Amino acid sequence: MKKSKQFWIFISSSIAAYAIVQLLINMGILDDFYINTLVFMSINIMLAVSLHLVIGITGQFSLGHAGFLAVGAYVSAIVTMKLQLPFLVAILAAGVMATIAGLIIGIPSLRLRGDYLAIATLGFAEIIRIIFLNIEYVGGAAGMQVTHLTNWTYTFICLFATIVIIVNFTNSRHGRACISIRENEIAADAMGINTTYYKVLAFAIGAFFAGIAGALYAHNFYIIQPVNFGFLKSIDILIYVVLGGLGSLSGAIVATILLTIVSTFLQSYPETRMIIYSLVLIIVMLYRPKGLMGTMEITDYFKLWRGSKGGSKHGQ
Amino acid sequence: MEWLQQLINGISLGSIYALIALGYTMVYGIIKLINFAHGEVFMIGAFIGYFCIAGWGLGLFPALLVAMTSCAIIGVIIERIAYKRLRNATRIAVLITAIGVSLLIQNGFIYMRGAQPEAYPAVFANKSFAFFGAQISSQSILILSVSIGLMIILQFIVHKTKIGKAMRAVSYDSEAAKLMGINVDNTISATFAIGSALAGAAGVIFGIYYTKIDPLMGIIPGLKAFVAAVLGGIGIIPGAMVGGLVLGVVETFVSAIGFSLWRDAAAFIILILILIFKPSGIFGKNTREKV
Repeated sequence: MKKSKQFWIFISSSIAAYAIVQLLINMGILDDFYINTLVFMSINIMLAVSLHLVIGITGQFSLGHAGFLAVGAYVSAIVTMKLQLPFLVAILAAGVMATIAGLIIGIPSLRLRGDYLAIATLGFAEIIRIIFLNIEYVGGAAGMQVTHLTNWTYTFICLFATIVIIVNFTNSRHGRACISIRENEIAADAMGINTTYYKVLAFAIGAFFAGIAGALYAHNFYIIQPVNFGFLKSIDILIYVVLGGLGSLSGAIVATILLTIVSTFLQSYPETRMIIYSLVLIIVMLYRPKGLMGTMEITDYFKLWRGSKGGSKHGQ
Repeated sequence: MEWLQQLINGISLGSIYALIALGYTMVYGIIKLINFAHGEVFMIGAFIGYFCIAGWGLGLFPALLVAMTSCAIIGVIIERIAYKRLRNATRIAVLITAIGVSLLIQNGFIYMRGAQPEAYPAVFANKSFAFFGAQISSQSILILSVSIGLMIILQFIVHKTKIGKAMRAVSYDSEAAKLMGINVDNTISATFAIGSALAGAAGVIFGIYYTKIDPLMGIIPGLKAFVAAVLGGIGIIPGAMVGGLVLGVVETFVSAIGFSLWRDAAAFIILILILIFKPSGIFGKNTREKV
């Protein structure tokens, strides 16, 4: 009862947010720079939330999220530019192909644990990048020209779908199974949870939304090149999740918004931006290893402030 | 004799990987940390060597010594500042910190001196010798002899000295080593110092062999050296040497048969195959995970 009330509040407030932004765009108050920043921020949030499902909820440390972003970007670009199909088809195709890539990568590598898994996913992402680098059909190292099709409506719908689906997944039976894997894989196994199935499932869902984010990414930046999807892009996404708190969806979103604003201001100083990013990583890990918000969500803080019964038990 | 030629090139490249991989494998063996910043220590070593040779006009061996000493100090500083307080943290936290340190060194270095590459000065005349129809350059001989010499010194340190014995004890069981009166922190620092010194030497050799260095040169050789360490069985010193040589030879042959753009992929494919089929590596023993 209470859950569904929260759910409707969330839906109505987000539709209101969409309407306000759309109104501001129509009235010409938000110029192209702000729209672009907003779209970029939303794409980053989608990436962060999808990686949050893999790292924060399921506890599988993946360093190859940019690989799925690359698959989504290139597949969607092929669909719109080479096959001349509509953008919506491209978005779906990107998601589906990224899911397939996620399954191909996830099934063998999720047998590994901890840092071996991290290195294996890193290796797979590099292989994906090198494959695109060597296919002449998609332009090789020079990259591929893509028309600008991403607008606020598409971005908002995709962002909204990502957050709703991942929140509902987390709160479902399957999500609890994933959390139990994060907390203790052996114990989860002993309780009769098919750990491999849930790990691959979470990985595939994460890959699906990363692929969709890739489609938006490709159609927002006019050109995609393999060099955009390297190791550093994966680290970028990882920083959002780590800073927000491993296991906190709202934390990941807040961290993404903060860091996107910071990096927009530092666009002309890429080194300074990376120095800030790396210092953030080191300092957070040294002094607050669970991230800014740990496994708490923003709504948990509301409960704490109201002083209602035991709101702090979430995720422990 | 084309193949012999490629084999020699592969071994030269492989011995550079092996030198870097030794640092990875020693650090992993002792604190179970993938030291992502190792590739950056390698890069710093290459630049210090460059400054010594081009700036101060030192010879090759003094430059090598200076680079190794400074890298050892840098390695210890990194360990003391960033990793020491994470001894009891989760492995993921340590891994993320290591990635952060690596990015910080790269970008800090670019911030200070710019991203432009530097041409390595020629230290000595490059002569070639004919050997069964293959051309062996004096550089290849130099690389091989320096790497083999360093590996012999390393074997001596690990197996014959007191600090080597302490290192083996800590990597076997650090709690028990502490109870036996071994200073675990100093031993870990010594491991970082030795591993980083080897990386520094690899950096100087890399510069001489490829004649071009830049602040981002550490990423790819660092990752490949890690692949080499995993290939040989991470934590095992002879494994890192063999893994490095195998990786170098495979890469050279992949380029030689006309897939030079795919050579980076070859290393990662090897990594994934080895992780899936024999995660403990060529020399590793399978260990069961305990509850």
